[in-house]
Amino acid sequence: MLTPEQIETKLDRILLKVQKPGRYVGGELNSVVKDWDSADVRVALVFPDIYDIGVSNVGLKILYDQVNQRGDALAERAYAPWTDMEALMRAEGIPLYALESKRPLSGFDLVGFSLPYETLYTNALNLLDLAGIPLRAGERGAEHPIVIAGGHSTINPEPMHAFMDAFVIGEGEEVIHDIINVLKLRNTQYAVRDDLLLALAKIPGVYVPRFYQPHYMDDGTIARVETLAEGIANPVVKRIVAKLPPPPTKFIVPNIEVVHNRASVEITRGCTRGCRYCHAGMITRPVRERRVDEIVAAAREAVRSTGFEELALLSLSSSDYTHIEELVAAIGEEFKDEKLTVSLPSLRIESVSIDLVDKLRGRRGSGFTLAPEAATERMRRIINKFISDEDIINTTREIYRRGWTNIKLYFMIGHPSETLEDVQAIADLCKRVIAEGRKVAGMKVKLHAGVSTFVPKPQTPFQWVSCDTRENILAKQALLKRELRDRNIKLSWTKPEDTLLESFLSRGDRRLAEVIFTAWKNGAKFDAWEEHRRFETWMSAFAEHGLDPAFYTHRPRRADEIFAWDHITAAVRKKYLFQDFRRSLEGHIRVDCRLNCYACGILPTFADLRRDNPGEGWKCPDVKSPRKADVSDRGQPLAIR
Amino acid sequence: MRLRVAFSKQGALRYIGHLDLHTLLERAARRAALPLVYSQGFHPAPKIQIAAALPLGFSSRAEMADLWLSEDRDLVSLRADLQSALPRDIQILDVQQADDRAPALQTLVVAAEYEATIPDEFASDLTSRLAALMEAESLPRVRRGKTYDLRPLIESLEAAPAEGSGETRVLLRLAAREGATGRPDEVLAALGIPPESARVERIRLIFRD
Ligand code: SF4
Repeated sequence: MLTPEQIETKLDRILLKVQKPGRYVGGELNSVVKDWDSADVRVALVFPDIYDIGVSNVGLKILYDQVNQRGDALAERAYAPWTDMEALMRAEGIPLYALESKRPLSGFDLVGFSLPYETLYTNALNLLDLAGIPLRAGERGAEHPIVIAGGHSTINPEPMHAFMDAFVIGEGEEVIHDIINVLKLRNTQYAVRDDLLLALAKIPGVYVPRFYQPHYMDDGTIARVETLAEGIANPVVKRIVAKLPPPPTKFIVPNIEVVHNRASVEITRGCTRGCRYCHAGMITRPVRERRVDEIVAAAREAVRSTGFEELALLSLSSSDYTHIEELVAAIGEEFKDEKLTVSLPSLRIESVSIDLVDKLRGRRGSGFTLAPEAATERMRRIINKFISDEDIINTTREIYRRGWTNIKLYFMIGHPSETLEDVQAIADLCKRVIAEGRKVAGMKVKLHAGVSTFVPKPQTPFQWVSCDTRENILAKQALLKRELRDRNIKLSWTKPEDTLLESFLSRGDRRLAEVIFTAWKNGAKFDAWEEHRRFETWMSAFAEHGLDPAFYTHRPRRADEIFAWDHITAAVRKKYLFQDFRRSLEGHIRVDCRLNCYACGILPTFADLRRDNPGEGWKCPDVKSPRKADVSDRGQPLAIR
Repeated sequence: MRLRVAFSKQGALRYIGHLDLHTLLERAARRAALPLVYSQGFHPAPKIQIAAALPLGFSSRAEMADLWLSEDRDLVSLRADLQSALPRDIQILDVQQADDRAPALQTLVVAAEYEATIPDEFASDLTSRLAALMEAESLPRVRRGKTYDLRPLIESLEAAPAEGSGETRVLLRLAAREGATGRPDEVLAALGIPPESARVERIRLIFRD
């Protein structure tokens, strides 16, 4: 294994030949360089996209802090080198190394991948390869790190099962400590790798695929998933933290320009809106909120310790934070004498939102973003995001009137049962918005319609539906391009190939692992990047393994189908999801569940946590029933058979 | 108050360019709670001047920047605050108050000295190669598709063998005026030394009086 000094010497010879060498050298303020020999467990946290994107990832930042706060462990970081750097690293024999110590990843005890979205899968393989770690979990031995993945996409871990020793399902703040505690016994109690993996598999929220065996039916769907070891959970229930821990504030300050140069504070986690297409909304329940004073103090400390010009207050739906008005007032007051841009994403479409942003003195030039997602009442009922056209028109008119010249509206096409009329309505709505804007603010007003395509996601009410076909998507996009020709309306859309790629990776089963492997072998990587789109490579990988992508993307799923991910649960019951899917077909909306709990499954699963955290922080009702230990068979999400 | 800060730039920060250094200094000043003076207008920019851009990949123990503050501060405590707000690869060497009306810092620099450490394999008859370069009438070179003459940008060259270390040092003094700046890697290349085999450090900036 190369020493850090050898790696540094080799790096010095190549770094001037690549774009932005600052990506590959570390040395950022607030990065933590610990003494290698002082730690029992060394963790490499990997975001498998380029530094410019990965360095501001909040999830990894939280884990970086959690691990580095321990006296017995250290955490370092690695990102995907861009292709110019990768080529030189391979040519010079430089393995993937961690930025802090410049040690090869293969020398760490634990390599943890963040996989928030599926288009990072091939990059994860590529990085394992670049690190010289065997790609397949089954080929790793005692000398190799344990390779783990977490993040939203791993709520269906099956497509990546062959490459990861384990997955973290749900939130990582606590589980990372359990994992490290097991890894500390790596050289004593768990010297045999299988024993170590079994110990990991027994940690609540950790899924070790080798101990689970799916059995298929003749039609290719799942018959059942067998557990191959005693004492491991089936289903594996996601982990959550009862109370959000203090937010990280010592953000790494990159020395080069990156995508998000900002500090952020998570104000709430989870969402009770229940938009049926929304993966994050379904899998991050329950809603837990931070207190205003805690957020303001964290924001103050984050700005002080980074010097960033921007602060983001993060949540899935800012308007739903109980104390949003109070928070905005307090943040405005705290930073009133400073040059700081505060951003508040995901606001509801109502004039109150404009007041909130106004109070934060957001930069006018940067535009105002809203997400109606659909443009007809029928469609909004189906997706459970109910806003009236009038609200949209009134809110956008007011935004223009108050001086913003640019509004960005997010829509999605391809929702279940969508017709061309529903798509036409998107164009009509955009035209109306800009026409109304011109009345109050003149010809300078601009609109950006960002129209993505819906991808049915596992563990959501739409996990039963088919993805829209390529032809339909193209026809709908052609309609929008034809209708939205106004030069002050900018239209952006997602290529159907990208949608299909995300679609089969999202709801794939274990057989997709071979497809991913072959696609990567044949050159697929950076799948989210325009210049790396290699759809044909993917299609031939499917063909090579005798699989049909339509099985994953377009096959209508039976109501009682057992999905490849059913032995993993986000604690929202399948029965509930199915009921909600049926309500969608009938055009029934469900209001915010904090007004009316629908018993989605969160409470019985986490009743003890809820009971220990009564009152305001959680937005699910208080639990009064007896403890789980007193009641048999609670907390097991029901499976539909 | 106009501050003149001398600092070193080493390690990872060798790979940080001029614009990024500007942002880095701005953020460090904010972290240290220094009241920077900002320009007016839609995109207010802090008033910071960096003496001379340092080519990517070179370390330096002789960088200099001017920062304008809206109020006077004690230099001793300011230096400590600023140092603790900087990444470890920048060390402050000196902080002085500068004359507010003095010309822009960039216009004061006339030359820079570099120390290049090269492997001994490229050191044979180095002295005579240095002399040959100095005696040349002109040294036409192509950089970014443009031909220019390197010779007038070289003020002096000197070899300083480091006994027994297997390495040799070359001292280069090159012009560093706006629009006429010599690059040490270009000189090394003209000497037949592959620039990537050398470690180059800027050791001094020379200002006009
Ligand atoms: S348990 Fe009730 S309140 Fe909590 S997320 Fe589920 S439906 Fe909403």
